[in-house]
Amino acid sequence: MTITTTPAPLAAKAAAAGTPARKNRFWSWLIYVAGAVYFLTPLAATFYWSLRAEKGKLGFEAYRRLFAETDFLPAFSESLVNAVAAILLSLLLIVPTAYWVTLRLPKLRPVVEFITLLPFVIPAVVLVFGLLRLYSRPPLLLTATYDSSRVLLVCVYAALSFPYMFRAVDNGLRAMDVRALTEAAQSLGAGWPTILLQVIFPNLRVALLSGALLTFAIVIGELTIALFMAQHTLGPYMADLTRSKVYEPSAMALVAFALTWAAMGMIAYISRERRQP
Amino acid sequence: MTTSLQPTPRFADPALAGARRPARLQLGYWLGVLPFFVFSGLFLIGPALILAYRSLEGPEGGLTLDNYRQLASETVMSAYGMSIRISLTTAIIGGLIGFLVAWVVSMGGLPRPFRSLTTTFSGVASNFAGVPLAAAYIFTLGRVGVITALFEVFGIDLYRTGFSLYSFAGLTLVYLYFQVPLMILVILPALDGLKREWREAAENLGATPLQYWRHVALPVLMPSILGTMILLFGNSFGAHATAYALTGGFFTLATLLIGQQISGDVLHNPGLGYAVAMGMVIIMGFSILIYSILQRRSERWLR
Repeated sequence: MTITTTPAPLAAKAAAAGTPARKNRFWSWLIYVAGAVYFLTPLAATFYWSLRAEKGKLGFEAYRRLFAETDFLPAFSESLVNAVAAILLSLLLIVPTAYWVTLRLPKLRPVVEFITLLPFVIPAVVLVFGLLRLYSRPPLLLTATYDSSRVLLVCVYAALSFPYMFRAVDNGLRAMDVRALTEAAQSLGAGWPTILLQVIFPNLRVALLSGALLTFAIVIGELTIALFMAQHTLGPYMADLTRSKVYEPSAMALVAFALTWAAMGMIAYISRERRQP
Repeated sequence: MTTSLQPTPRFADPALAGARRPARLQLGYWLGVLPFFVFSGLFLIGPALILAYRSLEGPEGGLTLDNYRQLASETVMSAYGMSIRISLTTAIIGGLIGFLVAWVVSMGGLPRPFRSLTTTFSGVASNFAGVPLAAAYIFTLGRVGVITALFEVFGIDLYRTGFSLYSFAGLTLVYLYFQVPLMILVILPALDGLKREWREAAENLGATPLQYWRHVALPVLMPSILGTMILLFGNSFGAHATAYALTGGFFTLATLLIGQQISGDVLHNPGLGYAVAMGMVIIMGFSILIYSILQRRSERWLR
């Protein structure tokens, strides 16, 4: 289509422009390679460092030692449980809210959007400051024991996921005809729980998974809030490790990078699958 | 024009909006969103409000602005100053580099797979802040880091030249690792929104590529570029974990100062600590506000 509308002089110009185009491509490659060097150097250097744990030879000793650390796997599994709990809690709160706001209460949309943006406005260190002031004395004493602090931490992580979760779910709801689906389900006699669980949730699969994986990537190694709540999760553990050990932290940094990559790669994969039905 | 960020005309008519529904049903809808509001009140709004209230409280009770007046003290001002300097620097440099890379992958003539590779990597790197990032840089450019050692092989002692990973320059370098990818992620859709017809129209009218950029593309992109740079500013201004892991929490930064204030009243004045925290919220609030205004403005063209 564009070819037929391209006037003759332009076509001629494009044909004659072989050299400038190649010159442009040269600059493109230069910029891209410079960027790649900046981004890959720390990873490559860290990887090289991690291979040198044994004197005189290169090997994966640092990784073996990392996984053999007594506190590593407990901290990791605790973070894992926290992340999953936060994701589920966030889904339970955001899906009905986004659904109701889209379908029945559009007037509330600006308010809900504003609230879901709050985690960007309140820095984590400020949020934990406020939480400690609010929940460290009666009537709302939640920081008294390790487990109650942990519950508080999971709740805060769920709140931190709101910006990502709401946007993901909202985009998912826009991509389908919520009203038609709801009315069809209603006319077949479905109640609200059935509609949400059996009609809306399955149609939102990709959106929910993306939101969940993004939340996972953010929460799994979170440092600031866990640190000030004295939780033995992955973030504070990694910070300790960085200060106390020589080779294990390099292995840890790369494991963390791989985890983030896995979460992001899965998001890219599932959303691509959806685009080509 | 509605006030919502993204109007949804399909559901906007009052009959569907529940305006004419029985009161009992209306109540049901509100119950559907109630848990969200209660939860947000408990874990987002509540903590912010208590800090706001305490920051206005004098040592003997009563409301006062004294704590905010004391923000002018040297400790606080140097921490805020450093935070603002680092955030401005990484927002501008990160914004420019991110824009260049996004431009190169979207219309620089690179093979197609590079684009999805870049977006996926950007997704990873923009979330790769915190302890692992700090650790990776310590092994790269720390005092005994691999690249530092490489420089020594060539006879250059980086730390003798005045460079230090634990300084302004070092922190800037580290922050760019998540700032540049964030810029790429946010600005790519805007670059995609540039319509091919505009370029063709400009070329048909005899414009050079430079003129096209100067008079068409850049004016359309400007709100997005500025808005995203402001987003980067906030992203760096509120960052705590990376700087903490890198410097052990003893560097002059607003977030680190708040961290020290939580662990033990380093300012020797709890009220001032609350005011420092609220000052950050106000600055962050402004940057997010300007970002969303500029973003809405850019949507006019880039749909």
